[in-house]
Amino acid sequence: MEWKFNGGAPIYTQIVDAVKLAIVSGELPPGARLQGVRELALEAGVNPNTMQRALSELEREGLVYSVRTAGRYVTGDDAAIQEVRRELAGGYAAAFLTAMERLGMKKSEIIKLLEADKEE
Amino acid sequence: MPILECKGLCKSYGSVRALDGVDITIESGRIVGLLGPNGSGKTTLIKLANGLLVPSGGRILVNGLAPGVESKKIISYLPERSCLPEWMNAEQLMGFYGDFYADFDRSAAEGMLARLSIDVKTRLKHLSKGNREKVQLIMVMARKAGLYLLDEPIGGVDPAARDFILNTIISNYNPTASVIISTHLIADVERVLDDVIFINQGKIVLASPADQLREQQGKSVDEVFREVFRC
Repeated sequence: MEWKFNGGAPIYTQIVDAVKLAIVSGELPPGARLQGVRELALEAGVNPNTMQRALSELEREGLVYSVRTAGRYVTGDDAAIQEVRRELAGGYAAAFLTAMERLGMKKSEIIKLLEADKEE
Repeated sequence: MPILECKGLCKSYGSVRALDGVDITIESGRIVGLLGPNGSGKTTLIKLANGLLVPSGGRILVNGLAPGVESKKIISYLPERSCLPEWMNAEQLMGFYGDFYADFDRSAAEGMLARLSIDVKTRLKHLSKGNREKVQLIMVMARKAGLYLLDEPIGGVDPAARDFILNTIISNYNPTASVIISTHLIADVERVLDDVIFINQGKIVLASPADQLREQQGKSVDEVFREVFRC
């Protein structure tokens, strides 16, 4: 996985989002085993405590589960994965609309733009 | 028991107050950034923890003990300037560190030196400045210490070496040890920090978990720092 972090948000929430994206996009398929905390922390270049916190959060949300001594796995629950897909899509849509509003685009113009893009 | 505790810690050099009533508690298992501009008291604080300076007031405890022989056994210290004999090579240094410190892990040091392709037979004075700094950091991180005090570990090296240093810190991390990194190069270190302590003119201005600070302010630690210390 590729890891990039930006300013404002806590790093652990950025990790949570990156893993969610990997799960939804299929980069981490259902049932896939995650690397250990230490390896993931090293790969992402972050503090192991931060990685641990992000994984706990993903566990709390039911997207990954841990098997004692065997590691962590991506959930096989398709409904949960679809839920995350909707959540992420909603977030991107909201950010897109905010940017468009700032440009002074009207709803009808935005729709026209999206449809034109689809046809290309 | 906190690994490092300061209560009302003061240090004066003549009429100059380098530290002025510092209260800090650092628990085990944390990577802490001690962040402040030049002359803010970072090095003074670290030297006090090492017993290289004596407080003018207040107290400082390492693992519950005043700095001394016992605290030195558990502290691995990277000074801001090189302190190693320049006529030695890395191999001799490993012997030297192994003699001094019971917790020195020679094979860990050898592994890191090999990864950086540093020739263990070349004397320090014939290594580049960057490689000399890396050798010193390797000696410090190869100890299985309880508290690592790293005074400006990334100041003099290139960005690739910075990544190596930070990765070394992360990969040598163990849950019972704490690391204190003093620096003013915040953007480079903030992703590895659990906690940040801002220090200015000998006083603690802010102490917070790094992610909490980012969440509350909606800014990176680097941005917050630039605001707090705007010149």
